[in-house]
Amino acid sequence: MSRTEILIGGVGGQGVVLSGILLGTAATLFEGKQAVQTQSYSSELRGGSARAEVIISEEPVSDPQVRRPDILIALAEEAIPRYVERIRSKGLLVIDSDLVKGAKPGDYEILSIPATSIADKEMGNIVVANLIILGALLKKTGLLSVESMEKAIEVSVPKKATAMNLKAFRRGLGLF
Amino acid sequence: MNGKRVQTGRYFMMGNVACAEGALAAGCEFSAGYPITPATEVANRLAERLPQVGGAFFQMEDEISAIAAVVGASWAGKKSMTVTSGPGISLMLENIGFAIGVETPCVIVNVQRGAPTTGMPTVGVQGDMVQAKRGSHGDYEIIALCPSSPQEMFDHTVIAFNYAERYRTPVFILSDAFVGHMREEVVIPEPEKIKTEYRKIPEPGTDPQKIKGFLDEDVAPMPIFGRGFKAHVTSSCHDEYGKRNLIDISALDNFIRKLSNKILKHKEEITLIERDYEGAEIVLVSYGAVARAAAMAAAQGRKEGIPVGTLRLITVWPFPGEEIEKMARGAKHVIVLENNLGQIYPYIKAEAAHDAEVSFLPPRLVGEIQDPEDILRKIREVSK
Amino acid sequence: MSELVHPLHRFIRPSVKYSTFCPGCGDGTVTQAILRAIDGLGMNLDDFVFVSGIGCAAWIPSPFFNADVLHTTHGRPIAFAFGIKMGLPDKKVMVVSGDGDLVAIGGNHLIQNARRNIEMVVLCINNGIYGMTGGQAAPTTPMGIRTTTTPYGTVENIFNISRLVMAAGASFVACWTAAHPKQLTNSIKKAIQKKGFAFIEVFSQCPIQFGRKTGVGSAVQMLEDYKKRSISPKEAAKLSEEELKDRIVVGELVDLEKPEMLEEVKKMKNKARGEVE
Repeated sequence: MSRTEILIGGVGGQGVVLSGILLGTAATLFEGKQAVQTQSYSSELRGGSARAEVIISEEPVSDPQVRRPDILIALAEEAIPRYVERIRSKGLLVIDSDLVKGAKPGDYEILSIPATSIADKEMGNIVVANLIILGALLKKTGLLSVESMEKAIEVSVPKKATAMNLKAFRRGLGLF
Repeated sequence: MNGKRVQTGRYFMMGNVACAEGALAAGCEFSAGYPITPATEVANRLAERLPQVGGAFFQMEDEISAIAAVVGASWAGKKSMTVTSGPGISLMLENIGFAIGVETPCVIVNVQRGAPTTGMPTVGVQGDMVQAKRGSHGDYEIIALCPSSPQEMFDHTVIAFNYAERYRTPVFILSDAFVGHMREEVVIPEPEKIKTEYRKIPEPGTDPQKIKGFLDEDVAPMPIFGRGFKAHVTSSCHDEYGKRNLIDISALDNFIRKLSNKILKHKEEITLIERDYEGAEIVLVSYGAVARAAAMAAAQGRKEGIPVGTLRLITVWPFPGEEIEKMARGAKHVIVLENNLGQIYPYIKAEAAHDAEVSFLPPRLVGEIQDPEDILRKIREVSK
Repeated sequence: MSELVHPLHRFIRPSVKYSTFCPGCGDGTVTQAILRAIDGLGMNLDDFVFVSGIGCAAWIPSPFFNADVLHTTHGRPIAFAFGIKMGLPDKKVMVVSGDGDLVAIGGNHLIQNARRNIEMVVLCINNGIYGMTGGQAAPTTPMGIRTTTTPYGTVENIFNISRLVMAAGASFVACWTAAHPKQLTNSIKKAIQKKGFAFIEVFSQCPIQFGRKTGVGSAVQMLEDYKKRSISPKEAAKLSEEELKDRIVVGELVDLEKPEMLEEVKKMKNKARGEVE
């Protein structure tokens, strides 16, 4: 597929935008692909609704907006009613099953990961749940190489958090 | 980060950050602003980076003082810029007129957001397009560039500084929250590959009384402060020497016309346009991020055998009417696309309607750029 | 015999042939005080950049002074001066403007820059009225005065400008009237040499728009009135607020050493460079 549209929905503080940055960085700087990442958030508070959009493509990305996501990553319940209708036919819905309960079957595959509880139990920090999700996503789709993603983590995450993020990412890779 | 002025390299960078890096690469030394979403990342980056190269960013008490300080610093000889969003521009407009009136090089970045009034700060809308041209009182010309990607946020900021210095005028970057917050690959070239310009100034030692520092259609040398030029700089109607004249209407006429003609005379070299409409019967006209959706729709349309092309305005002001007219001569249908309710549309229509059918396609929701499928539907409709 | 030339004539822009001040205006006295101070310090107008706003007093440097002069929009000269000073830290930057300009429309820039304590001289010529536009009430027009926009008398309290700027944090504040030209000249000298925000308020008579309408009278009567109302800070300390209501406290009210903004900016730049090296 030459153009893959990914939409990540959650709330501020979950690393929604960071997840988008990691995918985009891995694609452009380490995989020789093109990527556009855009975002939207409500400016007034942390914990408000947050959304990141990423388009990964073999060719230059013309239209920069995600229209019908091939992949929807739902990190919060509210992302389901807001975005689930937009998933492209035969697309993929990835959910953090600890936080998202209302995902109903549809014309898409559901990848259900208890990322928050794994992060809490094994890393002692729920903020890396998004990295577990990204690991699982890569394993499932082969969207990007593991190596590119690990390099992206190294250049994008603060030094003292690199190890924990890598650990979470690798845990996600090994989930199935 | 190595603290160098030009951060040569390849990045996955946010548009607003690229804008700040473009300013540094262009030689910006002074910036003043006031916090506002969605422009803060530009200011934050300038605040971090300018002191590393001997410059500084200052957070002022409001946008009025921000643009005033920028104009002051420019007269002190520094390349200067401010960055804000629509509400901030509204406050700056009087002093933007001042900067035009006394021919001050400076760059004004407007990361446009949902408006009118306080609107919706994080959503990108092309809502202040005409404000840039007509917001301050009186007749004047302005230069405005519309980037559509983080790379262009860098490139256009460099061009904006060069235009500002070359033509001694404020230059707008009309970005929006969508492009400002967009991340994409940004390549920052080697410093020696980045062309930068600095204003003409009078020969040192020139008799101050003989300096014609204003109102030259070919751009007068700028008698910047601190060099003994004894410049009298007033935004009131003045002559070529800067001498105030508040009584002769002929002086007012000269003041207005020379300022405008200075820009209009150089319109051809200021105008940047992307043309991809050879042989096209249907031409999509747009600017900023919308142009990217238009390009996708046009590519799809051509695959379907429809003769559709695109014209993208990079320079929106001075309005390149001749270019629109030329394009329309070979077209049957012109479709104008903007992320607003039709701000540049009347200007385009005025030039194109003589030769082609002109229509406007707004986005389904103002604040989103047109869906290429909607554009394609429109293309198919007019091609029938 | 050589032509008799005023000793300050060399400071006047050669193209200027006449003054724009009304007969009896106090701004001529202030003009002389500024130029005498500069002359007295042995300085040259090339050491200065002058900035003014809108109103009669703004025309003191513009176009008269044969120097770099930026004549700006209403209320904003201090904000423009901020950028000039940051760009030319070794030049003396002097703002000359009126009470309406600096305290009404531009009040925020005045107090914010006093707070910053950025090195510049600000001369606020207080005539208690909008002169150029034809005698409208200012935030300095005493309560009850009839003006063109207050035909039944003003209903507002006034600003004590010097106190305002003192409270905002300026490192030098003086207040004089046009009846104190020598004292004013001395304070301007000090202000020019001050490392910090140096503010001088000058009560200056406007016989045309203020004197005539209020009945205070001619320029001479207004100057007499200033003299009568003037009181030293020391004497003022003995009086109650009520007793001080119509008085003008003249003198150097603040003169202290405190961190100046340009010095702090220099340190900040060094720190920034140090952190990346």
